[in-house]
Amino acid sequence: MQVSKLLDLYGREGLSPGHSACQGCGATIAVRQVLLAAEPPYIVVSPTGCLEVISTPYPYTAWRVPWVHVAFENAAAVASGIEAALRVLERKGLGRRHKIIVIGGDGGTFDIGLQAISGAFERGHDLLYVCYDNEAYMNTGIQRSAATPIGSVTTTTPAGKRERKKDIVSILVSHGSPYVATASPHLWKDLANKVRKAQSIEGPTFLHIVAPCPRGWYYDSSLTIKIAKLAVETRVFPIYEVENGKYRINYLISRPRPVEEYLRLQSRFAYLLRPENAALLEEFKRWVEERWNQLLKLAAAFPP
Amino acid sequence: MTGNEAVAYAVKQADVDFISAYPITPQTIIVERLSEYVSSGEVDAEFVPVESEHSALSACIGASLTGARVFTSTSSQGLALMHEVMYIASGLRCPIVMAVANRALSAPLNIHGDHSDIMGSRDSGWVLIFAENPQEVYDYIIQAFRLAEHPEVLLPVAVNLDGFTVSHSSEPVAVLEDAVVRSYLPRNPRPRLEYEEPSSFGVFALPSHYFEFKVEQERVLRRAGELVEEISRAYPNSHGRLVKLSKFNEDGRIAVICMGGTTGTVRHALKHHGLEDFSLISLKLFSPFPGKELLEALSEAEGVVVMDRATSPGAALPPLASNVAATLYEGGVSLPLLSVVYGLGGREPTLKMVLEMLDKAEERLRARGRAVSRMYLGYGGGVA
Repeated sequence: MQVSKLLDLYGREGLSPGHSACQGCGATIAVRQVLLAAEPPYIVVSPTGCLEVISTPYPYTAWRVPWVHVAFENAAAVASGIEAALRVLERKGLGRRHKIIVIGGDGGTFDIGLQAISGAFERGHDLLYVCYDNEAYMNTGIQRSAATPIGSVTTTTPAGKRERKKDIVSILVSHGSPYVATASPHLWKDLANKVRKAQSIEGPTFLHIVAPCPRGWYYDSSLTIKIAKLAVETRVFPIYEVENGKYRINYLISRPRPVEEYLRLQSRFAYLLRPENAALLEEFKRWVEERWNQLLKLAAAFPP
Repeated sequence: MTGNEAVAYAVKQADVDFISAYPITPQTIIVERLSEYVSSGEVDAEFVPVESEHSALSACIGASLTGARVFTSTSSQGLALMHEVMYIASGLRCPIVMAVANRALSAPLNIHGDHSDIMGSRDSGWVLIFAENPQEVYDYIIQAFRLAEHPEVLLPVAVNLDGFTVSHSSEPVAVLEDAVVRSYLPRNPRPRLEYEEPSSFGVFALPSHYFEFKVEQERVLRRAGELVEEISRAYPNSHGRLVKLSKFNEDGRIAVICMGGTTGTVRHALKHHGLEDFSLISLKLFSPFPGKELLEALSEAEGVVVMDRATSPGAALPPLASNVAATLYEGGVSLPLLSVVYGLGGREPTLKMVLEMLDKAEERLRARGRAVSRMYLGYGGGVA
């Protein structure tokens, strides 16, 4: 069922308030939205990361839904096991199938968990993998990941990262996933409907959500939604979906805001904005432009 | 059937729900057979052929937390890759049964048998069983499910079989009827992932609670040791019951302690070469270590020879010998101990080598008085 108004999501909280996430945490806003939209019955699997730590300090748990964490690199493998086991238990009358939702950060998805994700997607397990992308290892104190954009300062890239962000969506599309999409918490309706759509499709689906992090991106915690919005409106984080290889840009940004509007609000880019680093800033802009143009070409070549 | 085939046959009869594994020599035949059973419909299970052993055990944990009966198997590097997840399987109280066709660890790369792989994970909180031959492999796998899923246990169990010497040796194996195995392995309800009864598994615990978790886990592992007798007494084939240790030539003054396939060679030596001075203690349960039973078995002994198929570089003694020495110390027993390391990387101790070892054992034990001496059996082609 399509989500058209907030009331459609009322009373479906999966993640309780009172957890220990930072004020303005984009990840928990994204997760809350995912679970408000998710159709029960479902089981949540998380790799190690901020989400796991802030939600389950024993003897407390913020999860109102079944949840499991095993280790950092294996959430997709754990999910594969749950999905397949419930299939046979249902057949034997010893259990019932649930929808499986994996929710991991960018470290557990782009880097250490990629092999297990690749395996799960290749085997075709029926699951939704959600990546809340805050573009660095925030739980351990803001180290660079493959999702960190070029020019961003982290504790392991004190002079700004030199490499581009890994294109995780293309990797999952290349696995033949029937549905891969991006979303932003400021577009809650789009996000909710993408969760519904992904869950309605049999097979491994993927949702990549931009999750600004006040602590790691160095901005005031009141600005999370504004920054997510700017990421989309500057074309830094395009909102699109790929269904069976057909590309649809959900928010066609015809007149993008200047990238600097997005960068200036975050001190992680202060280094990038220094006059002596103009070349690096140009490289950042080139990355944004090239990705957008590539997306336009893909959408034209493979329309829905 | 071979040891590997015995594993697969027992797992099939156990009505397993979920299998996940990754190919590695010498374990591979186990999962090949199981894949055949699954694809022919002889067992109603899901076989998930993952992309690594790390993922195999991870998938098993996920599956186990749904309440499913779960099996995996591996060897050597595969077990080493699982190492991280082994601690989590026991910490999350997942009654997974795993067969380990023991193999040496790299480097240098070697596909042959020794116990280095499992000894690297001996502190991971699993029940560790060692089988001597394909018959024991078959019997112990079935009993492993009963022990793992016992409501007071809920711990993973690894059944070890020596790579090639047991995994690939073909022997007649007496099997039970399917229905008999089924009734021996009832389905016990346990906490699981279910939307209507939401639970959080795999939480994080700060210094305020972590210590209690780990001590409780140790207590449960000890309890598993106590329950071995109960679960094995119920096993329908009385000849195949899992014991913590078995004895041969009980009156021998010098006890030889050994695990796995080589036990057979030692027994043969004692039996057919008139070595009445020696007794044999074949240890089946390595973890939890059966200290009480071992002290009883050694009550009349004047010396002890401990055979380890693994080394612990830098440690005071290799794994089995260090457990035996600690047990003797705890029991206030002072016995001369000869620690023998043998069979690394598949250098199988022949009957001649074992006889040579026994020939020199008494002299070594006496020469050092009430202390520890060491020997490498088969190193450089002889006894060093």
